Order: sequence, then C-alpha cells, then structure tokens
Amino acid sequence: MFDWLQHIADWLIYSVFGIAAETKLGTSLNFFVYDTLKILILLFFIVFLMGIVNAYFPIEKLKNYLNKKKLYGLEYFFSAVFGAVTPFCSCSSVPLFIGFVQGGIPLGVTFSFLITSPLVNEVAIAMFLGMFGVKATLIYAVSGILLGTIGGWLLGKLNLEPLLSDWVKKILDNKMKQAEYEEEKQTFSQRLPEITRGAWDIVRGVLLYVIIGIAIGAAMHGYVPENFFNQYLGGGEWWTVPLAVILAVPMYANAAGIVPVIEVFVAKGVPLGTAIAFMMATVGLSIPEATLLKKVMSLRLIAIFFGVITIAIIFSGFLFNMIL
Amino acid sequence: MSKVIKILGTGCPKCQSMTAVVKDVVAANNIDATIEKVEDIMEIMKFNIMTTPALVIDNVIKIKGRVPSKEEVLALLN
Repeated sequence: MFDWLQHIADWLIYSVFGIAAETKLGTSLNFFVYDTLKILILLFFIVFLMGIVNAYFPIEKLKNYLNKKKLYGLEYFFSAVFGAVTPFCSCSSVPLFIGFVQGGIPLGVTFSFLITSPLVNEVAIAMFLGMFGVKATLIYAVSGILLGTIGGWLLGKLNLEPLLSDWVKKILDNKMKQAEYEEEKQTFSQRLPEITRGAWDIVRGVLLYVIIGIAIGAAMHGYVPENFFNQYLGGGEWWTVPLAVILAVPMYANAAGIVPVIEVFVAKGVPLGTAIAFMMATVGLSIPEATLLKKVMSLRLIAIFFGVITIAIIFSGFLFNMIL
Repeated sequence: MSKVIKILGTGCPKCQSMTAVVKDVVAANNIDATIEKVEDIMEIMKFNIMTTPALVIDNVIKIKGRVPSKEEVLALLN
C-alpha cells in the first residue's frame, strides 16, 4: 500500500542527496522520510474519519441509553466502546465525567468511559497502524476496550462515590436541568469544511511531536545495535513489564511522539507486549490528567483509579507477552 | 439590545479557536455584544454541557463541542 512512498524516500535520499544506502546516515534518513510521510497521511485520514464520527455522535442519547436500560453488566463494555470511538479531548473529560454521573450513570460505568477514552484515541490508532501494522493495532484497541470494561467494573465494585469532590456531590444532589439548547441544523456539506479544518488542526498540533519522535526513532534505527535492548528489557524477565509501566505512568508523551520510539525498541528486541503496556500507561494515565481529575475527585480516588489501571495494564502486558 | 455571548471552555486549543472566531465576527460586523470567556469548570457545569467548547448567546446554548465557522456565528448573532 505504501510502496510508492518507499520509492519516493529511496529516490530522495539515494539519488537526490546521493547518500549511499549502506551507510548508517542513509538508512536513518530514508527511514525518517518514509515514516514521516506515511504517518502524516494515515494520521490525517484517521483523524478526519473520527471528525465525521464525532460530528454525528449522539452523546446525549448514549447517556440516556446507558442510564435507562438494564444491560446486565454489558453497560461497562458499551461505555468503554463509546470511549474508544469518541475522539478524546482532555479538556472535555471533566464535563463528560460530570455529565455522565449527573445523568444517573453509575460511577463504575463512567470510569469505563474515562479509561478507554484517552487510551484508544485517533492519534494513537493512526500511529500504531503506521508503525506496527493492523494486527498490533487491533490488539491495542481491543485490549484498551477490555481494560476499560474490567477497570470500570472493578472500580464500580469499590463504592467510591463518597470520594468525589464536594461540589460534584452537591451537583448530584440537586439534579440540574440543562440550560436551554437549540438543536443545531446543519447539513453534512456545511459541516465538512469545518471537520476538515478540525482534522488539519489536530494533525498540525501533533506534527512537531511526530517529526521529533520519528527523528529519534530513525536515529536509533541507524545507530543502536541489533538486540541492544535484549540485554536490558527484552530478555523476558518478569519484572520488565511492571518496570516499563511504572516508568510510563508519570510520562506525558503525546502518542504521536512516543510510538515511533517504541517501534525501535520492538525492532531491537523488546517484546511487543511490554511495548504495548508501556504505550498504554503513557497515554492512558498522566500527571496532566490527574490534575484535571483533581477538580472532580479527591486525591484518594485518583490514587485508587490510577492504581487499579496501572495494575490492569501490567497484567495485560504479561498476557500479551504470553500470547504474542 | 446588546447581546451577551459566553464561551464555555477550560482553555483547550479548540476553545481558543472558538473565542478567536467569535471575536473576529463581532469586531468585523460591529455587533453590539459583550464576550465573556467562562473558564471555571464549576461555572461551565451550570450549563450542564458535556462537550466543550460551547457557545452561549443570551443564555441559550447554540453550539457545543466544536468550533463553528464565521458564517455560522454571524448567522446566530443576527
């Protein structure tokens, strides 16, 4: 599918710049050009598709649906799936959280949404697809959804409502009515320019991270010896998964920047499962997210939330390494 | 009568683009309106919206969760 891009990269580096294909510099530069072009195309395409989904996603109906129906536990799963398909914007996570809880959706189900939403997002999917291919992307997406389902269910069992912030509890007590809202009437063709612009804005926003990430990855590809990480992270020692995850939790690397670097780790001998677990902990849990959640939850609740998810990610890392 | 425009959002990039669009439209068309940015999450939640940014004109929510075009904002203000 991307053969033509490889030809462009070969032509540019080997013919135009005249750098020999056998040199480390040649390999690195070729890798950089090819990956950057491929990722940017994928990124724009997927972000654009998600923009269309987002424009028509009936979030209010979903809220009512999750609230009314008796779903026999499936509500956690649905909530996680919805978290995956709605494009994530960290600034919307708090309003969404309150909206859900206020709409009478149990805290655990809300958590399912909150876990999967940043974990499975359009940028991460595009980057995974570009760097690891379809199979790894599917594993990533499916396990992100399962993680949200199980994590939400577990957190729901813990009866954590008393640990919400006081003002949130107050909101929950006197159910507010929504302010008057006029239904938007806009046709698809009216919205399309706006969706395209939105997609371009997102791609532009992560562009720098993509380029830096791929540049680091490309440099490592050329200069780090094969199996280098095997000695440290790749040997399959049991503690490498928890170590990778715990290192990743406080990191706030944009998915766009971290995936190309992870790809090199895998190419140089780190097991894919460890890499996926690392990735999940990086994008799913972060200090900025904790700061946002601080407005609606007590520190204790955030600690429980992060703790449960960290453990769940570590277990899924073990599982991937066993089955992959 | 002067319109009261409120832009609800916690300060994410999308909310800033919405503010820019609205300010442009108001300035370019000499519309008599005050623009207020509501960044406090507790204030925002009083409108009970789930996606930001949101555009509120005279206490009616007009747009939520997306950045509108200039033409659309102009139409809403007239």
